[in-house]
Amino acid sequence: MQCPKCHAPMHTYNRNGVQIEQCSGCRGIFLDYGELESLTQLESQWVQQAPPPPPAPGPALQAYPAAPAWGAAHQGHHGHHGRRRGFGHMLFSS
Amino acid sequence: MASLWPYGVPISPEDREAAPWEALGILLARLHRVPVDALPGPVPPMRGPAKVAAALDRLRAAPAPVATSPAARAVHEAAVALPAWARGAAPAPRADHLCHGDLHLGQLVGSPPTSPFPAAGAADGWLLIDVDDLGRGDPAWDLARPAAWFATGLLDPDEWTRLLAAYRAAGGTAAGEGDDPWPRLDAPARALTVQSAALGLAKAAAVGRALEAAEQAMVDACARMTGGPTAPDAGLLASPSA
Repeated sequence: MQCPKCHAPMHTYNRNGVQIEQCSGCRGIFLDYGELESLTQLESQWVQQAPPPPPAPGPALQAYPAAPAWGAAHQGHHGHHGRRRGFGHMLFSS
Repeated sequence: MASLWPYGVPISPEDREAAPWEALGILLARLHRVPVDALPGPVPPMRGPAKVAAALDRLRAAPAPVATSPAARAVHEAAVALPAWARGAAPAPRADHLCHGDLHLGQLVGSPPTSPFPAAGAADGWLLIDVDDLGRGDPAWDLARPAAWFATGLLDPDEWTRLLAAYRAAGGTAAGEGDDPWPRLDAPARALTVQSAALGLAKAAAVGRALEAAEQAMVDACARMTGGPTAPDAGLLASPSA
């Protein structure tokens, strides 16, 4: 098949099940009847899927709650002090 | 005339694992859900912001080396950056909720199952006590105290998460609707951090001791609030000059 515009040979490609012909010379694309609609439909499906749904929060994300910018850096979930420590008395006073 | 008070077992400061975060969240949510207009008498404004102002006054009255220290300046600058109502300089914009006004772990007592006076309203056997500072206000003030402990590193993330989740599950609304409670908690949590820093500096100055780690953490947080230089070492400043 020759390109109707520049008469260079056209090559057939398969894009998502749609046959399209592209000219090897001017890179023009020739669509058969219904192929533009098929590609448009595929494109709209892709747009609806994007952006992909956010990943479900994993345990690591759930374990660290939001904190203000003026807050202190926490030293990991379990700290380095062991879990048998007590409370300072500030937590027990006004 | 005599008042009979049932005995309550306080939280043990030594046994951190036993701290009843869920019960605290449930009790606080229940308090905040009390309809203020249904109470038998008028309820005064919650005194939390006034206590911030009192703590700042106490810091101003502290011995000069501390009252004029970079640490004290950081605390006062953090205070000035607060909304006026949060440091007691203007009426609170919200007075629609019953608030405890002075929430801390010493305000929880356990009611033993063997008690002859079964405690009405207990959550898992725990009661919230001390209504001296109770009043109408923004319920975020109460939740902001443990929030400030978390923000300054005194509470672990999982302790704060347990408290916040229980509070929300029990119908507490002070943390707002979204996942992030800080839009609601930030101003009162900063105010309470300022209060704790001011009291820590004043108490340390009164006896000429260095700041404890938790007090220093509050001063450090105040310095970060205004984007100032790294928190000054108030421990040195609080040492006796003699």
